[in-house]
Formats: sequence, C-alpha cells, structure tokens
Amino acid sequence: MKNKNSLLKKITGSREASLVIVLIVLLVVISIMSPSFLSPSNIGQIFRNNALTLLMALGMLCVMLTSGIDISITSTLAFTGMSIGLLQKYDVIHNTLLLFAIGTLIGLICGTINGLIIAKGKVAPIICTMGFMYIWRGMAYVISNNNWASGADVAGFSDFGKDGAIGPYVILTVAYIVFFVMMKWTKFGRSIYAVGSNVEAARISGINVERTIISAYSIMGMLAGIAGVLSVSIYASAQPNMQYGKEMDVIAACVIGGVSMSGGRGSVVGTFLGAIIIAVIAKALPLVGIDAIAQNLVKGAIILFVVVLNVITQRTMDKQALMRREM
Amino acid sequence: MSEDLILELKGISKIFPGVKALNNVQFKLRRGEVHALMGENGAGKSTFIKVITGVHAAEEGHMYLNGEEVHFKGTQDAQAAGIAAVYQIPTSYPELTVTENIFIGHEIIKNGLIQWNEMNKEAEKLLSRLHATFKVTEEVGALTIAQQQMVEIAKALSTNAKIILLDEPTAALTANESEELYQIVDELHEQGVSIIFISHRMEDMYRLAQRVTVFRDSQYVGTYDVDGITEADLIKAMVGREITEMYPKPKVEIGRELFHLENLSRLGYFKDVSMYVKAGEIVGLTGLVGAGRTETFQCVCGIEKADSGKIVLDGKELSIKRPRDAMNAGLILLPEDRRRQGLIMSWGLGDNVTLPIQDELAKGFFNDIQKERDLSKQYLEDVDTKAVSIFDKASTLSGGNQQKVVVAKALAQKNMKIVIMDEPTKGVDVGAKAEIYAIMGELAKKGYGIILISSDMPEVLGMSDRIYVMCKGRITGCLDIEDATQEKILELAMEQAGREV
Repeated sequence: MKNKNSLLKKITGSREASLVIVLIVLLVVISIMSPSFLSPSNIGQIFRNNALTLLMALGMLCVMLTSGIDISITSTLAFTGMSIGLLQKYDVIHNTLLLFAIGTLIGLICGTINGLIIAKGKVAPIICTMGFMYIWRGMAYVISNNNWASGADVAGFSDFGKDGAIGPYVILTVAYIVFFVMMKWTKFGRSIYAVGSNVEAARISGINVERTIISAYSIMGMLAGIAGVLSVSIYASAQPNMQYGKEMDVIAACVIGGVSMSGGRGSVVGTFLGAIIIAVIAKALPLVGIDAIAQNLVKGAIILFVVVLNVITQRTMDKQALMRREM
Repeated sequence: MSEDLILELKGISKIFPGVKALNNVQFKLRRGEVHALMGENGAGKSTFIKVITGVHAAEEGHMYLNGEEVHFKGTQDAQAAGIAAVYQIPTSYPELTVTENIFIGHEIIKNGLIQWNEMNKEAEKLLSRLHATFKVTEEVGALTIAQQQMVEIAKALSTNAKIILLDEPTAALTANESEELYQIVDELHEQGVSIIFISHRMEDMYRLAQRVTVFRDSQYVGTYDVDGITEADLIKAMVGREITEMYPKPKVEIGRELFHLENLSRLGYFKDVSMYVKAGEIVGLTGLVGAGRTETFQCVCGIEKADSGKIVLDGKELSIKRPRDAMNAGLILLPEDRRRQGLIMSWGLGDNVTLPIQDELAKGFFNDIQKERDLSKQYLEDVDTKAVSIFDKASTLSGGNQQKVVVAKALAQKNMKIVIMDEPTKGVDVGAKAEIYAIMGELAKKGYGIILISSDMPEVLGMSDRIYVMCKGRITGCLDIEDATQEKILELAMEQAGREV
C-alpha cells in the first residue's frame, strides 16, 4: 500500500481548485472592465470591509460541518457590539484589549447556550438559533434603549480598526492560521468531521459527540463576539441593527466554499475562497457598472452558478472514486 | 432449440470506465424455472441484473426474450416486456399506502381520474395471491421488511411480469420470514412465473432453485443443476480455489474467566442477561432477529444505557456511561452495521482505523499524522485488506474488505481484552468470510475473549466454544459446542411464546 497521493491528483480532484479557477476568472474579467480593481489599496479595502464575514465564516464552517447551522450570529454580533459600545459610552472601560476580552466572552456564552440547547436538548439547530436571533437582537435594542454609541463615544477604540490600521488584518490572519491548523491536525478538528460525516460511527469510536457539537457553537459564538467588537472598531459606532441580515452572507460564503449543508464536508481554504468570492462580487458589481438595484440579483445568480459547479465537481470526484472500485 | 427459453443472454460485456464489470457472460432462463445466480461480492451479479432490467445498457452482446432479440433503452422497456425486479432493501414509499405503492407509475386511470376502488380491489387480489394478511390501505412504512417485500413482489406482479428478479431477497429477513418468502416463490413458480434470484445463502438456493449459474470476476463460470452439484464444488466455482477449511478454529488453551455479565437488564429490550467469557474462548450468541442480542451489547459498550445489572471485567465491576469508557476498559465492539456504525464511508481507510486512538497517538495538542499513517497501514496489512492505499475511501471497498477495516480499527486499540463481533460476516462473500474466521481464530489464540453475535447457524456452530441462545430478551440456554446442534439452538431460540421482558 502506498502512503502518498500524487500531487497532480490532489489538485485535479479538489473542490478548492475549481474555486480558485472561478476566482481567477472573476478577477480577470473585473480587472479588464476596471483596471484599478487589483490595486493593493483596493484589495486591502475588500478584506477590511468583509472582515466580519471572513471571520464568522470560520465558525460557520465548524457548525455546518456538524450538520448544523447558526442564524443567530449577527444578533450575537449586535448584542456584543452594543455592549462594547455602551461600556465606552458610559466611560466604564476604554482599554482595547479588555474590550476584546469582554466581547469574546459574551459571544462565547451566547454560542455555548446555543450549543447546549442543540446538543443536550436535541432541538433543531435552525429553530434554536432562530429563537436567539430574535433574543440577542432584542437585547441589543433593550440595553441601548435604541440609541447608538457614536464615533465620539468610541474614539480611542476605533483606532484599532480604522482605515489603514492593521488590527483587522492581524485578527483575520491569526484566525485563519489557527483554524487551518486546528481543523487539519488536531483531535478536535477530526472529531468535528467525524461527527458530521457519521454521527453514529463517531459515537461508537469513542468521540464525545455532544461536547464536539457544543464546542462548534461555542466557537461560532466566540467569533461572532469578536466580530461584534471588531465591527464597532471598524465602523466607529455601535447600533442595535448592525449587520442585520448579514448572516446569510456568512452561510453563502461557506456554501460557495464547498461546505456541505448535511455536514462532514468542507475546508478552511474553501471557506476562505468562498468568502473572498462573495466579497469580490460585492465590491466589483458597482465598479463594472451594475446598478445597485440589480446587485442582489447578480449576486444570487453567481452564488447558484458556483454552487452548481461545486456539485458537479463533487459528483465527478465521487464517480472517479467509484470507478476505481473493483466490480 | 431443444430448451424452452424465456430469456437468453449471450456474450454480454459491460464496461464502466476503468473496469470491465461483465466480460462476455451468458445466461439461459428456462420458462417457469427458478434460477439462482451466485458468486462473490463484486462478481458482477448486480450489474448483470441491471442489464436485464434495462438500468444499464451492455456494450456488447445480445439478449433474446422468447427467442426474439430485444434492446432495452430503459427500465420502462424491460417493464413493458414483462420483466420486474425486487431489490434487497425495499424501495417503496413509506408514507404511501400499499395500493399506492403497488400502482405507482401505472395507476388505473379513467377519464383523467384515478380509480381508487378498482386499484384497491386489484391490489387485494394481488396480495391474496401472496397470502398476505395486511390491508391495502395501510401505510407501507408501518409494515415489516418482509411485508414490504411482499408489496414489492405484488408491484412486480401488477405489471404482469413474466420474469421476476429477486436481489438478495432473504438478506434482511428472519428465519420465519424467509420461510414465508420461500412459499411465495414456490407459488409464483407454480403459477408459471420465471424467477432469477441472487443470494449468498446456500440454504436459499437448495430450497428454491432448480438450476444455478455462477459468476466469478465478471465472468461466466458455469450453470449447474442444483441436485447435481455438491456444496464444496459450488464454493470452488464461486471462489476459484478450494476452501479447505471454512471454519479454521485453532486449538486454544482456554484460560481464566475474563468477563461476565450479571443480570443485565434494559426495560423493553432484554432482561436478566448473565453470561461469562474466558480468555481464548469464542462465545457464540445467537437467536432470532430482535431477540435482544445486539441491544445487550450496545449497552455493554455504552451506546445505550442498561437499567440494572453488572458488567465485570477482570474481576472489576465497570461503570460504563459512554462508548469511551468501554473502550478504555478493553471492550471493543465491531458493530453490525458497517455503513452506519462501523466506518465513516466518506473517509480514507487510514483515518477510519486511527479515529478511536488519535488521543493516544497525539503529541500534545496536535495529532501525530505520520504515526497514524504507519500504524493504520500496518493494521490494514495485518488483516490483508485489498485496497490501493490507506487513502482509499471506505465507500469504495467491497463489503468483505470494509469488514476487515473494521477489524483493523479494533486491533489498533492496544488495551483490547474482549472483542465483540456483531454479525461480522453479514453481506460478506464466501472468500472474505473464511479470512475473517481466520482472524477470529488468531485473536482467540492470542488470549482475547471473543463474543460472536450471529444469526448464521453454520458460523456459530463452526467457530464457537460455547453458545448462548437468546429469545425475547432473555438467555434461554447455554450449549457446549459438543452438545450443540442446529435443532437444539432453534428450539431454544423459539422456545415458549408469550414470555415478555
């Protein structure tokens, strides 16, 4: 038996490769129509403007790998962001590091509650997180009494994420490296894939299924919390309706990136590519002269196109695997 | 032509990219006969059936129906020509009624309206031909597997099929249900229907078929009269070599008692189960499907929780709350359902083998990938798994090889003391079966205690040192191998109706 797969096979038989091709085609078409698109500052802008989606997509990857879903994330983000904004508005805390720590903790708690209810209470993930979607969003309104924390309130703190600051890039880079390693080379990563691929076999192989599921939602919540803090810093304000409806962008990023809705399939690289493809589309549409009113339409069409492409790639891969089976 | 052939296939070849699934095979079905089609997994039987039913088109060869050449472009063509197939796992719609299932796709329609009364009456007529006792208005999901199979057969009859193909019809049935199916097939035979069936059970063939055709490695080996061929010759034809000893049970010095259960109970499943296993001993646990054998050991291994009773290993009572506890103690389960419980089908073989032991191998926070690969490769080779590499997906292997991967996964667990094999050869072809028995014997030699849960009588009688029999959730007897016979076991397995858990 051989211990090595050929490199060529790895590339030709991978979903990520088809995403890279889609991305390259997109970039080529866009830069022909708008040559300034690939300038370093524009690329920087794309990452900064989509930092929240990019960050939360990692958590969504974990959750979706366990065959779950979390639609409460932008509510968690708003509740966390609002809390952070208010702490500054009323001059309780101004220390950036401390604010991040508090935000992370709030998000972690929100996510863990989701996880406990889903894993222990056996509630369908979409139902449970739908409940919290309303609850945390409602909490954001209640604690702020529907007021904003404005730019002046968060003045010093917004230096971390303001235009030109490296804060968001550092967080993204660290997060992606940590997750890449975690999903590939640690027991936790393997457990998540095992649970999502075949929960019964995982249980019998001694994996603690409940703990794995709870951890996935905790991680998701934690990242939503960090995204909440980051959002306040990047946009220099906190309002209860922040990032409203954007959870679908996060889910779309994962789906485009090849994460299966039924669990067990998906990768950090794919998720990254999925999120970038969404970001590039969003940024490029106005540049190539598509009206703002038609942008959702085009976005939807491109998402469907990529997903169909993905399904076809997957089917070819499965077929190739089957063909090698001795008949 | 001297023979009255209803169906004849000549020189059939079917090529899937990279694989020749059928290579110049032939087949002759006489009018009104029951013809068994046998061979190891992967011999090409299922592909062949699919060629007959029009699912696959053959690249080469000719098919003659009643002496005339036919070309099926799809399953509809085959159906119209009077050929219907019944598969191993019923492919019915569980939420629909029996009538709806029988007539799906060819409802009786007049003036654009479905004629329910007429269809119900017709369905009743078909079911009475099969001596079925259930109502045509019942939902199919509420029926047993055997009854669902009857619905499938009724569906085949409703299309006026003259040739019915049965693909492993008894695989999911209990002994009693198989007997009922035999009677149905007998009656169809009397009614003049021609039948082809695939089965791994010799029993099925002897009971039903007049002739048997054997395929091996995608090729035609021969057609024999069932009365004119010995079992040994038939196995030789299927495997291509002589299996000198199907059950290679080594002489093993039986040691001290390793493991016992004391009055283990779970409400509604089993009650007061007590048994023991000694080192080097293979203990059979048999009974009818649903007797509570699997459930008992699912509790022993922490998948379900027992209500009361003791699990004792090496003189220490174990408290098992989850599968991990049982594994750490040294109780290793090879689950019955490989696809659902045994393996992660979308994963590579290597990852499957090391999934339970990744903790032990890990260096701190990180998994030791190299060590995992080396170990899994070693264990997979130990059990002689036939695969290209440890990266092959489990789903691409045949049933027998998948079972070997399950065995490798168990072997990789260092602290193993008791091996519980739940139906280890279900759906495994005869060649791989012998290899799994050999591994079982090796394990016994090494001093492990082995519990063999099985419904396969020859296997239980061939491999065990002692046999426990369960019936309706209770142990009804323990037989030493010297005293055990198939009759005694059956008697214990079916003893006294009316006992409840």
